[in-house]
Formats: sequence, C-alpha cells, structure tokens
Amino acid sequence: MNRKKYTIFDIVLLLVMIGVVILTLYPFLNILAISLNNAIDTARGGIHIWPRDFTFANYIEIFGSNDRLLQAFLMSILRTVVGTITGIIASTMLAYTLTRRDFVFNRQVGFILVLTMFISGGLIPDYMLIRELGLINNFMVYILPLLITAFNVIIIRSFMDNIPIALMESAKMDGANDFTIFWKIVIPLSLPVIATIALFLAVSQWNMWFDTYLYARANENLTTLQFELMKILDNANISSGDITQGNAEIVAGQTSPQSIKMAITIIATVPILLVYPFLQKYFVTGLTLGAVKS
Amino acid sequence: MSKQIHLGEGEPVVPAGGAPIGLDKKPNRKLKKKSFWKRVKSQKALILMALPFVIWLLVFKYIPIAGWVMAFQNYKPQNGFFNQEWVFLDHFKELFHEPMFYRALENTLGMGILGIVFGTLSAITFALLLNEMRFVWFKKMTQTISYLPHFVSWVIVANIVTTMLSQEGPINTLLMGMGIIDNPIGFMSNPDMFWGIVTVSDVWKETGWNAIIYFAAMAGVDPQLYEAAKVDGASRWRQMWHITLPSIRPVIIVLLILNIGNLINIGFEKQMLLGNNIVADKALVIDLYALNYGIGMFRYSFGTAIGIFKSVVSIVLILIANGFAKRVGEGRVF
Repeated sequence: MNRKKYTIFDIVLLLVMIGVVILTLYPFLNILAISLNNAIDTARGGIHIWPRDFTFANYIEIFGSNDRLLQAFLMSILRTVVGTITGIIASTMLAYTLTRRDFVFNRQVGFILVLTMFISGGLIPDYMLIRELGLINNFMVYILPLLITAFNVIIIRSFMDNIPIALMESAKMDGANDFTIFWKIVIPLSLPVIATIALFLAVSQWNMWFDTYLYARANENLTTLQFELMKILDNANISSGDITQGNAEIVAGQTSPQSIKMAITIIATVPILLVYPFLQKYFVTGLTLGAVKS
Repeated sequence: MSKQIHLGEGEPVVPAGGAPIGLDKKPNRKLKKKSFWKRVKSQKALILMALPFVIWLLVFKYIPIAGWVMAFQNYKPQNGFFNQEWVFLDHFKELFHEPMFYRALENTLGMGILGIVFGTLSAITFALLLNEMRFVWFKKMTQTISYLPHFVSWVIVANIVTTMLSQEGPINTLLMGMGIIDNPIGFMSNPDMFWGIVTVSDVWKETGWNAIIYFAAMAGVDPQLYEAAKVDGASRWRQMWHITLPSIRPVIIVLLILNIGNLINIGFEKQMLLGNNIVADKALVIDLYALNYGIGMFRYSFGTAIGIFKSVVSIVLILIANGFAKRVGEGRVF
C-alpha cells in the first residue's frame, strides 16, 4: 500500500467507529459510576459516567456485611477454577486420542463425539438424567454435565494435528508410552490452544446461572454471583422496583438494590475484563479454525 | 506449527465447496499397521485415556436422547423405566392442539429470524468497516472492545438493558433532552417492543464477536484484486462492494446455513431475563414453554415431546438451507 494519505472516507469511518466504541463502553461506565455512588443519591437519577457522591459502601456491603453475596462470589470462583481444570484435562485427553490416527478406536470415538454436535436430548431429558444421577443440590452439577463440549475438543484436535508426528514417533522409539507422549510432548506444544479453551470454559462457568436456577436453587451454599444477580433482576422485573422478599435482606442500611445490583454487575464483569484481552490473539485463531472445521 | 493454523494471510477461510463435517482422514499420520488385537494391547494407555470420556458422552449425551421414549409414554418417575404407560402420539396431538404452543412457535421464529437478519447484517457491516480502518492502533483497540459484551453473561446484559431503558435511564433522558418525547417511554413494559429489545440487545452483545470470522475471511482476500481495482479507479466504496463482499460470500452462506439450522434453537435466556409478566405473551419461546410445562408442572412427557419437535424442525431447516445453497451453487455445509 502507498504511504498513508487520510481521506474524508477515513475520517468518517473513524467517527463511526468512535460511536461504536462509545455505544459499547457507555453502559459499563454508567454502571461503574452508579456502583461507586452513594445509594440514596443514586435514586435521584442522572448519573452518567462519573459518580456524584463517591463511596465504596456498596462494595463494602457485598464483601463485608453480606454473607450470602460473599459466599456466592467464592462459589463462582470455585466452580470456575474446578470446572476449567477438569474441562481442560478431559478435552485435551480426548482430543489427543482423536489426533492419533493409529488409535484402534479413533473413528468410533470421533463419531460418538461429533454426533453430539447435531442432536441432543433436550431440556427435559437432561433434567431427568441429572435428577436420576442424584446431582440436584450437589456441587458436582456445576462440573460433571459441562465436562466436555464437542466443539472445544475438535478445536484442540485440529491444533494437535499440526504437531509433527516424527516427534511422537521418536519419543516412542525412546520407550515413552502414549500417556508420557501426551503429557511431555503434546501438552507443552498445545499451550496456545489450551489457553483459548481455558478462556472459553472459564467464561462459561463464570457466567452460568441457569444450572443454579434449575438444579441447585434449594441449596443456599451453592448459590453463585450470577444467580444472585439474576434473582435481584427477576424481583425488579416482577414488581418494577418494589422491594420484595428476595432482595429485602440485601437492602440493609443505606444501600439500595440499584447500587448493590450495579456493584455485583461490576464484580461479575471485572475478572473477564482482566483476562480476555490477553488471550485475544489465541481465541481469534482458535475460533476461525474451529469454524472452518465445523 | 502455528503458521498452519493461522488463517487470514492468503488462505481461503472455507475451502471451495465447503468444509466437510466430521473427522477427515489423513493417511500420512498413520503408523504401521498391526493386527487388531495387537494394536488394542499396545494401545492400552490410549484406550484408558479415551474410555472415561466415552462413558461420559454415553451417559450425559446419549442417555438423554434415549429419554425421548418418554414422549411416547405417560412418564412417571416413581414407576421405574419398564413400568410406564404407553400413549404413543397422544402428547404430540395435544401439543398441536394447544394455542400456547403456536404462540411460542411464533415468538421463537420471530425473534430467531430478526436475530439472524440483524445479527448477520451488523456483523458483516462491522467487519467491513473495521477492515477499511487505517488507524492501526485504534483499529486494534476497537476490535478488543467489541469483544467485551460477548464475554459477559446474559444476566449482566439484561441488567444493563433494563437500566439503560428504564424510565429515568439514559435513553429516556436523551430522548426527552432532545425534545423528541415529552414523557418517558416504558420500553420494558410494552409487549410490542419486546422482540425489538431482544434483537437490539443481541446485536449489542454479539456483533463484535460474530464479526471475527468475517474479518478473518476479509484478511484472506488477494491484495492484487484491490490493486487492480485501484488502477481501474474504483473508489473505496466500490472496492468494498465489488471485491470484499463477493470474496467472503462462501463464508456468509455457510454461516447462514448454520444459523438457519439453529433458528429454532434460540434458547430462552434472553427471553427469561428480559421478560416480565406484562410482556409475557411476546416473550414465551419454545424452550420456556417446555420448561414451564415439563418441569414446572411435572409434565415430563409433554416437555420431551416439545424437545423432539424442536430437534425435528432443526434438522429439516438445515437440510432445506443446505439444499438451497447447493442449488444456487454456493458453499454448503454437507
């Protein structure tokens, strides 16, 4: 391309894109400002991207005096960590057996996996299974049903396919067994794709609320941040702002549901914000590759 | 190794004729052939590595499919698996006589179609604009920011949307400040606006993410084409229209087919989180309907029948879309 000469076209484009950026970021900034604003003052409305009456009270409320929300926060972290680690172990192992074309059951295992991308039992049969397995109100309901996603395994397998087979063969010559090859050669060489899938798994674990709603509602110890937020939202929807039983306990002292709601939203957003920009390079290629394969 | 998976420089994103689904065989990766049992014996470690997950797949993915028989019974959990009353197609007959079901179907297809149309248009437009950006630093930043909403949950997005659209929220404040309206609009309590709100929220959340694949495809367009067009005096608009868009047509078609196949699988998250009693009529989608009847009212068999109906429609839709693409001679999925 020739040296940059910016035209009207470039300037208009820039302005449009600035508009897109504002449209994307404004809601987050607005919520951040409300979460940092004095709760009573918030009710007056009119807060944009800067708090009017600055305070950390809403956050202190969540982490300090509200056991339920602190517990929910810790549970969200726990399920994210455990779910991501188990998910990575499961999908990389399965992907490795699929990348080994000499594996006796390669095609059968591949078929069983890929078919799940096209048909699924549906909501009710899934629910009945979880019930029969005794996973209702059990922490494992956050981990077991989400262990493997065919799409993720296929992305990992496509990546592993590019590892030179000579590496594995020479290791075999040196007497390494298949598991050693997986652990010592394949895993270290697959770190970029593992980072991508770990991000996908962590985000979906962190964001999940529906399994709590459906399977773990009755066990208060298993509540998560997203579920608590969903409950507040639900109450607000039903009674359009009235304080109902569900969130009455959260409304203690001078904080209003609105500010607490926004503070929870920010707490639920920040971890994602801290992680995804650094993995961008990986998930962009991972996603394009996965889309090509499927 | 990473250069092989890196798309965008010169490689077409989808091979002509569409990528085959499933596991392609690469003969060069085969090790020496041995007899079956010898291979089983020497591959104990591999078998042990796959086995737990094959069992997992059978339990968590295939048992629910086997659970479809529930739709043909009057399933009662206390009776065990072999003592159920068979009613064959009764639940389906009942379903097709239920006005609520048609409302759910209408809402699902309505929001599904709006989602595909505006989701695809916004993603392609965004990718096109991004592709034309010359300020490299700003381009990268825009791209990163555009992914953010994809990574936050629908709970958060619903929270954001209700805040933005509330009576004293920014949208109403802005509209009143500009003198367009005198009284705040009750967006969330107007049933006629519900489909639109869901669609706009979806576009806000997913445009940046959905644009990734189009953007990658655009990066793979042969630069010589643009050079040639420039020589012919084509403006940037004409280059976008006559080179960039036609070049990514196979990608657009493949994604459209996949989306049409999923038309009925729009889920229920948005509708459940954004909906309320006032707009319930417009928010009831098939999955919510199955959830309310199947689990809420313990009508497991009826709920399963709804699920089967959904799967059948989904398969029919993808076959139709695929056949259509085949007809017009474009990249297809199968």
